[in-house]
Amino acid sequence: MRDFAEIWSYLAEGPLVWLTATLIAYAIGDALARRAGRAPVINPVLIAVVLLALLLWLTGTPYPAYFEGAQFVHFLLGPATVALAVPLYVHLPQLRRAALPILAALGVGSVVAMGTALGIAAAFGVSPGTLIALAPKSATAPVAIGIAETIGGSPTLTAVLVILTGIIGAVLATPLLNLMGLRDRRARGFAVGVAAHGIGTARALQEHPRAGAFAGIGMGLNAVLTALLAPLMLMLFL
Amino acid sequence: MLHAFAVILSFQLAGEAAARALAIPVPGPVLGAAALLAAFMAFPRLADLLRPTGEAILAHLSLLFVPAGVGVVGHLGTLGAEALPVAVALVGSTVAAIAAAALTFAAVAKAVRLPDEEQDGERRDA
Repeated sequence: MRDFAEIWSYLAEGPLVWLTATLIAYAIGDALARRAGRAPVINPVLIAVVLLALLLWLTGTPYPAYFEGAQFVHFLLGPATVALAVPLYVHLPQLRRAALPILAALGVGSVVAMGTALGIAAAFGVSPGTLIALAPKSATAPVAIGIAETIGGSPTLTAVLVILTGIIGAVLATPLLNLMGLRDRRARGFAVGVAAHGIGTARALQEHPRAGAFAGIGMGLNAVLTALLAPLMLMLFL
Repeated sequence: MLHAFAVILSFQLAGEAAARALAIPVPGPVLGAAALLAAFMAFPRLADLLRPTGEAILAHLSLLFVPAGVGVVGHLGTLGAEALPVAVALVGSTVAAIAAAALTFAAVAKAVRLPDEEQDGERRDA
């Protein structure tokens, strides 16, 4: 029989190990979330990320080697974004009727997300480079990275802040909105989509299909508005 | 399933091409989703074809963020001494934005007398 180390080094070079590990880690996270009755703090993404980060650290695997396998999952983000057209279409009559609340909540949510993030960070004396990366953090990752790059920010740091914002939004939205006593699924979903892009939308879809549809439209509209407003908001703080 | 996935990828491809060609700051997949929504409105039968596949992909939307999330862990160190203020800014702004957007939505919906369609919507979703 061959040496385990030899087999491992063979397998670790291909995409199979890390693709499998990603699906298993998420299945564990999802099972725990289900067992916890979808309690928002038990977030499947967060659990899977922690498990995989530990595994990479224990096996001394660099991230690029991991991504070699995980990229197949990552790639599906594009088709999934296109597929958001399905819940949008199913809920189109409600979305149309809600045009006014949607536009008002979009403007307020987008400005508050950027204004409070920059305001708090600037008050702590955070460096200009970090402020630039912070401004578009509520927009979906490809848009946020594009915005940060055009105004001279680091794409890597922006990606980190975008993902963290999504996880924070997905974890905090349900307890926060319950605490506020807000039960309107349209308002709940839309707010999470505006503030926490795709990860928030994923959480809203778990809550209810209608919340998911409103989250999807919130994410799409805020991607556009953030691109327009981020340079202007930054002028106030730089 | 095969046809539905081919249609979805075609719309993504068209979206990516349009975003590049027009140099607009919106990602290709978002444009693709907008175009697909327009196509559903023009051809409702297309929506019936794509609905099962679309809903299957979206059922595990969270999973798709895991690889990027793992990448974040390795870069947390780059925040250095700014980690704490940035964490406060992220949590504070996300809470503020969710609360402000949800309250605005509910207040404007009430002002324009748009009732919460919980009841009839529930039946349609089921």
